Amino acid sequence: MTTLSIILVLALLLVVFGLLFRLQILTSIFSGSSTREVSISNRVNAILCLVFLVVGGAWFAWSFVENFDKMNPPIASVHGLATDKMFWTSMIILGIAFVLTQVLLFWYSYKYQHNDNRRAFFFPHNNKIEVIWTLIPAVVMAALVFAGWKEWTRITGPAPKDAVVLEIMGKQFNWLVRYPGRDQKLGMVNYRLIDAVNEFGFDLSDQNGVDDFTAGEIHVPKGHPVLLRIRSRDVLHAVYMPNFRVQMYAVPGMPTKFWFTPTKTTDEMRAQTSNPAFNYEMACNQICGRGHFAMKMTIIVDEPDDYVAWFAKQKSFSEQNPEVLASFKQKSDKLVEKATAVPAAAAVVIPTAAKASL
Amino acid sequence: MAANFPTQEQVQGGIGATEPGHDHAHHDEHHEQSFLQKYVFSTDHKVIAKQFLITGILWAVVGGTLSSLFRLQLGWPEATLEWLKPFLGKWIEAGKLNPEFYLALVTMHGTIMVFFVLTAGLSGTFSNFLIPLQIGARDMASGFMNMLSYWFFFASSVIMFASLFIETGPAAAGWTIYPPLSALPQAISGSGAGQTLWLVSMALFIVSQLLGGVNYITTVINLRTQGMSMSKLPLTIWAFFLTAILGLLAFPVLFSAALLLIFDRSFGTSFFLSDIYIAGQALPNTGGSPILFQHLFWFLGHPEVYIVIMPAMGMVSEILATNARKPIFGYRAMIGSLLGISLLSFIVWAHHMFVTGMNPFLGSVFMFLTLIIAVPSAVKVFNWLATLWRGNIRFTTAMLFSIGFVSLFIAGGLTGIVLGNAALDIQLHNTYFVVAHFHLVMGSSAFFGLWAGVYHWFPKMFGRMMDEKLGYIHFWLTFIGVYLVFLPMHYVGIAGFPRRYYAWTGFDTFSQFADLNKFISVAAIVAFIGQFIFIFNFFYSIWRGRRATENPWNSTTLEWTTPVVPGHGNWPGDIPAVHRWPYDYSKPGAEEDFIPQTVPYSQTQSSNLPYEKEME
Repeated sequence: MTTLSIILVLALLLVVFGLLFRLQILTSIFSGSSTREVSISNRVNAILCLVFLVVGGAWFAWSFVENFDKMNPPIASVHGLATDKMFWTSMIILGIAFVLTQVLLFWYSYKYQHNDNRRAFFFPHNNKIEVIWTLIPAVVMAALVFAGWKEWTRITGPAPKDAVVLEIMGKQFNWLVRYPGRDQKLGMVNYRLIDAVNEFGFDLSDQNGVDDFTAGEIHVPKGHPVLLRIRSRDVLHAVYMPNFRVQMYAVPGMPTKFWFTPTKTTDEMRAQTSNPAFNYEMACNQICGRGHFAMKMTIIVDEPDDYVAWFAKQKSFSEQNPEVLASFKQKSDKLVEKATAVPAAAAVVIPTAAKASL
Repeated sequence: MAANFPTQEQVQGGIGATEPGHDHAHHDEHHEQSFLQKYVFSTDHKVIAKQFLITGILWAVVGGTLSSLFRLQLGWPEATLEWLKPFLGKWIEAGKLNPEFYLALVTMHGTIMVFFVLTAGLSGTFSNFLIPLQIGARDMASGFMNMLSYWFFFASSVIMFASLFIETGPAAAGWTIYPPLSALPQAISGSGAGQTLWLVSMALFIVSQLLGGVNYITTVINLRTQGMSMSKLPLTIWAFFLTAILGLLAFPVLFSAALLLIFDRSFGTSFFLSDIYIAGQALPNTGGSPILFQHLFWFLGHPEVYIVIMPAMGMVSEILATNARKPIFGYRAMIGSLLGISLLSFIVWAHHMFVTGMNPFLGSVFMFLTLIIAVPSAVKVFNWLATLWRGNIRFTTAMLFSIGFVSLFIAGGLTGIVLGNAALDIQLHNTYFVVAHFHLVMGSSAFFGLWAGVYHWFPKMFGRMMDEKLGYIHFWLTFIGVYLVFLPMHYVGIAGFPRRYYAWTGFDTFSQFADLNKFISVAAIVAFIGQFIFIFNFFYSIWRGRRATENPWNSTTLEWTTPVVPGHGNWPGDIPAVHRWPYDYSKPGAEEDFIPQTVPYSQTQSSNLPYEKEME
């Protein structure tokens, strides 16, 4: 019944619009406005241009101010402070250009609306003006490029030697994380060894991997550089940590990396945002399938001491899964033989390899 | 010659009313064309243009409908969509949109809008329609290839449209179809038959583009009428010409990427696949690089955005000058900036890939090149503004859409300067800031260019005028709608909301802006429904619109010297010769406020400039 009435209302509305449209045509024929070259509509549209400029500008300003607090995710990394500053500096410069050009566009549209008694000014070109307004954007652009380039090289430069290292692996549809253990070395992994238990594909015949541990959430120490080693085991994903201004693709077959320095612990951020439930979150930001929108992992920034304590408490993967370790011990002799005989072992990926930057 | 002026029935005969097909300048014998030859397998550039236009409009309705569907999901993530079950069938699961189908909607919306509407619908329509008419040619260099171009596009359209209805769903890996997601049906069901159809359809589409492009280029180079030197071409033609060159150089690279992807999908190669464990199985592929695909894709993908926007720029330049009754400011600078944009568009592609793990040094290089491209774009904007300055502006609907184009191009273009900055792109990559940016600068702007073109050249296409009042309503509704949708979207993007998300409700970081997303959805859907005003106006005016005159806008270019509805061969008699540039508007000393290109200097002694005196 409601469907029917909705359809009826829509049909009636269409009829009304149709009639109005016919009426409009008839009146324009009778009033003769359809034959006049420039009618009253010209003035109306000119005024509307001005109205659009004023009302639209006011709405833009209001909505921007209204939403400003919500659109700035609180920053918690060293380079994030720098890039955010650069972002808003750029936005101010662009905002000035935006306002100037839009005001001119609509103001000219209004001011130079058709007038029977005036003729347009024949002004085909002026080299001086053109050179000036080619140079101005070029200079501004050069300044922005230079600032951006400096920051970009710093962010993407090599991580400090003492950085905390951890590895994030994307899969459909969650994240896996592992830490290098006490030896500070990530062991080898091989995607052919992956199964339901060994989700990372640990190759435990590599001694470096025996003390590696996995974690359900990411812990990092405050004030200490953190190097993320990033990989994917199926399709593309992207590690995206909005609060740290961190983003890097996870690419199957090509390990990537990103390093940053957290500046505020989770507790400090909870106090700052007066939200006791606050957590740093990591999202996937490259379309990866059905569960793309739900690849969340929590990041905890600890005081360095707490981080060390947490780290010490973790049990290695091999310790938690002795049967996996045992299976490698059994296979180890055969594996060695195989590795020398068959070049297929080339598929083994060494995480520290220089392949990280294509 | 009276035969060239259509009779009453012919004009009312509709779409094909263009041409009685009788009177070719060089042979006057009558050969009646059948309906099929005239309207379906026509080799007349004007009919082909209309075929592209109407197919494009149909596609735009499909693309817009898809976007309304996913805006429903984004605006009201908790709502039940059971009422859509009659349309979407099994893609509604227990009242919810299937998340994979959501991704398919996003993917197909992008594919349809970028390729089928804004490439084929825009450039296909106006390159075809305007190149012969504005350069003074009887038709395209090869009418037959031109016909093939449309029919390859048609075949491609049929396949792409069919893919919407297959059981495993259409392609769903994003319009950029990055492998491995697009290569592995195990990863997402849309990467099964849907992706195969997508690739086949795109291959045909590329063939269509190349056939069209070769024709446009050849025609512009070879078939210009007497006196029409390259420096007397209207800016529209320069834009179409350069667009065709871009397409000719860029589309084959997409073809190669698609071909390699087909090999990876069907023949077990590993161009883009390596080290993959999926659905409980380690795949044998090693050594491939997903990043390689992105390089190939964006080598087309970036020029593609200029393929979309440059025809709009050309038409807007023309319409602004005509309706401001002023010469376009800096004609040569406009050509120069088009050339600059064309050249640069080939060396900026990797700015889509700053955070893919690509070498950061490469990122620096591409950041530098990307920001250079802002300079010619800025020059164009300043020149458009200078064209309006001290004009005598008539607000035709086309003029309003051109002004709207400039406004949107500025709004969207400026944020490109932020996104082109690699350091800032780290945070903004793949967020709604990007979505807002490109929807303004190449989506909405190009659409505004398309509308401007349709309103402006409709009289020459169909011999009738579109209704101005409806046009004004359409313009203001769309213009306001576009800003209401895409300005707030920047806020959502600055807050870091990722694109292609089915819902953000799982994240505390993205918990704000639920209201704003509702607002955007409402604005988008209302603006979309408003487009039916245009569609009504368009089809109504084809048959019932007010009769047009030969040159309703008092314009200078050649197409307005043809009969109200140009017939086969465009000019009943000899092709007119050209004597001057296309922008002699409001020339001091001239009687009228425009001097057509066909008027020799000897007839305009009162208005000739000093250097033109010699040419009298």
